[in-house]
Amino acid sequence: MASINIMKDKCVGCKKCVNACPFNAIEIIDKKAEIKPNCTLCGSCVSSCKFNAINFVKDEVEKKDISHYKGIWIFAEQRYGKLKGVALELVGQGKKLGEELNVNVTAIVLGDNITHLGEELIAYGADEVLLMDAPWLKDFNDHIYGEIMIELIEEYKPEIVLIGATSNGRSLAPHISSTLQTGLTADCTILEIDREQRLLLQTRPAFGGNLMATIVCPDNRPQMATVRPKVFKSLKPNYDREGKIIVLPVRSQIKSFVQKIRHIDNEQGANITDADIIVSVGKGIGNANNIKLAQELSSILGGAIGATRAVVDSGWLPYSQQVGQTGKTVAPNLYIAIGISGAIQHVAGLADIETIVAINSDPEAPIFKVAHYGIVGDCKEILPLLIQELKSKM
Amino acid sequence: MKIIVCIKQVPGTNEVKMDPVTNTIIRENIESIINPFDTYAIEEAVRIKENMGAEVIGLSMGIPAAEEILREAISLGIDKGFLLSDRKFAGADTLATSYTLSLGVKKIKDFDLIICGKQASDGDTAQVGPSLAKTLGIAYVTDISKIIEINENNIRCMKITDDGYEEILLTLPALITVVKEINMPRLPSIKRMKIAQDSQVEILTFNDVEADENRLGLKGSPTQVRKTFIPIHNINNEMIEGSEKAEKLASILLGKIRRS
Ligand SMILES: Cc1cc2nc3c(=O)[nH]c(=O)nc-3n(C[C@H](O)[C@H](O)[C@H](O)COP(=O)(O)OP(=O)(O)OC[C@H]3O[C@@H](n4cnc5c(N)ncnc54)[C@H](O)[C@@H]3O)c2cc1C
Ligand SMILES: Nc1ncnc2c1ncn2[C@@H]1O[C@H](COP(=O)(O)O)[C@@H](O)[C@H]1O
Repeated sequence: MASINIMKDKCVGCKKCVNACPFNAIEIIDKKAEIKPNCTLCGSCVSSCKFNAINFVKDEVEKKDISHYKGIWIFAEQRYGKLKGVALELVGQGKKLGEELNVNVTAIVLGDNITHLGEELIAYGADEVLLMDAPWLKDFNDHIYGEIMIELIEEYKPEIVLIGATSNGRSLAPHISSTLQTGLTADCTILEIDREQRLLLQTRPAFGGNLMATIVCPDNRPQMATVRPKVFKSLKPNYDREGKIIVLPVRSQIKSFVQKIRHIDNEQGANITDADIIVSVGKGIGNANNIKLAQELSSILGGAIGATRAVVDSGWLPYSQQVGQTGKTVAPNLYIAIGISGAIQHVAGLADIETIVAINSDPEAPIFKVAHYGIVGDCKEILPLLIQELKSKM
Repeated sequence: MKIIVCIKQVPGTNEVKMDPVTNTIIRENIESIINPFDTYAIEEAVRIKENMGAEVIGLSMGIPAAEEILREAISLGIDKGFLLSDRKFAGADTLATSYTLSLGVKKIKDFDLIICGKQASDGDTAQVGPSLAKTLGIAYVTDISKIIEINENNIRCMKITDDGYEEILLTLPALITVVKEINMPRLPSIKRMKIAQDSQVEILTFNDVEADENRLGLKGSPTQVRKTFIPIHNINNEMIEGSEKAEKLASILLGKIRRS
């Protein structure tokens, strides 16, 4: 059975491993390290030891032949015949990874009336597009889309499958990976290739963004990851690029035990996961009525409105707008934090944001530690001035 | 009706401090808590029980000390706790975790609904719920913000999506994962705390379940952590001062939006 053991004769009690352990599972007892029962066998300690005193015993796993898996696949999510931004970002990043591995990048699109998306995906970097177009594929459905993806992966055998970490993507991906019994890394923000071992290095935030982990899937194929929207920039489209568009024969209809009855779309501009600009409000805005100021600023800038949990719990804005650990993770180019203290659970929802602006009356507020621009002052006074100023200059 | 709630023990804080001298992580004296999203799962199951009668069972996989969070869940209204705990389960990624949880579910048997949290606060993967459903061969929907109606055959609920909401009808048995919006968890009552003290959490070890050893723990985990590191945020922080703060900020904002 797998285990991590300390070789007591080599251990000098230096504590390096204690600090390297993300789970607090090593303790120094009588000047020797001891592994506690809450060890998760993550192996972070092994490389921290300068004395080779940590022995990571792994079980022999029967190696499968995976050499015939080739190529990079992108699940290109669309809604009503329009591609999600992350699908285009992923074909661009997939092309870069494909160049390193010397393989093609293939985009897969499922839906109704979607054949026109083939050209767009090729312009953005795909070498090949597989389309399945049928009226019963109109709405996203984890089960139906999942079963089709599984059949296609089994037939074509790609070595990497990337899916946007949207709400649909994060629900679809585990359906596919657990059926295929392969690895899946959630919500990656860095993707690289280890050329020597032909492995995808999948880096993602853990512990609410406080720790980054690089994850590999060495022995199973395909290597699967969901990728956070907006961390990769899509390529400039080139409609002269050549590529192959394959319209797949429509398979017989799949029955699902999950039935969509209706959908209620948010108002335009309310989607904070897709927004380039977010004006976000905290308790410091004072009352529900003052939120109008933030809304006005947001509409001038063409952004969406976000909120802290404190604001949502007060009923000033709906939960769909909550940013943070128990809300949504957002990655706009510009995030304006108004009257937000910057609690760790809130900041956990801010991913790779180019510019964070904070307005807070307390100069010691933690939000200033993560902000690129800060103003100490009363937001109720600053906002009207700012709005007036912007209106006059735009 | 029988409802299973999956409950994970997680560290009470996500703060990861950096030792400036050794450049390593400091995580000290962290207490363990019920994964925040799982508290909504517990509350929702208990509400169904109160409304229409149900048996609610908590299921966790973890170290022996995780018994405590199952006891806490009993104080919040669940009837019984099962803890899958064995060294053979250690080192599990989401695939092996889902498989191990499925063994617990099979032991509990004859369930109608499984409720999971949207995601665990230590890993944030949101994969275990869907994977568990697939391993059991049942339907699932993620990110449920409201249960509209539930009966012996179906559950009708609202799912929060990137674009808004969707109303979904699911055939039971099924699995849902829930978000914070679904309810406001109650505090434990004195009476329930007494009950919790006296109740037994059932421990399931490798020998108690019918497991394929190759699918457990580290061995059953296709993904491996190659390295971990603390992200470095090199932030150039500029404080805007003086009497014309709003004007200065306006020009900065205009610069940003014109450029993008
Ligand atoms: C398990 C868990 C999960 C959580 N998940 C989330 C989450 O997902 N998202 C989230 O946001 N929070 C989350 N929280 C809550 C989080 O810890 C904070 O309580 C919350 O973010 C605080 O919101 P706030 O900044 O709006 O309010 P406060 O902390 O009350 O801060 C208000 C700020 O406004 C400033 N202010 C006051 N008046 C003015 C004024 N006139 N002008 C300018 N500034 C002013 C104050 O100086 C202060 O800094 C979570 C907490 C827990 C325990
Ligand atoms: N070890 C575990 N024991 C019990 N439930 C778990 C465990 N890991 C994950 N879960 C459940 O799966 C949900 C999603 O977890 P994760 O996929 O790790 O983000 C959690 O909210 C729990 O309901």
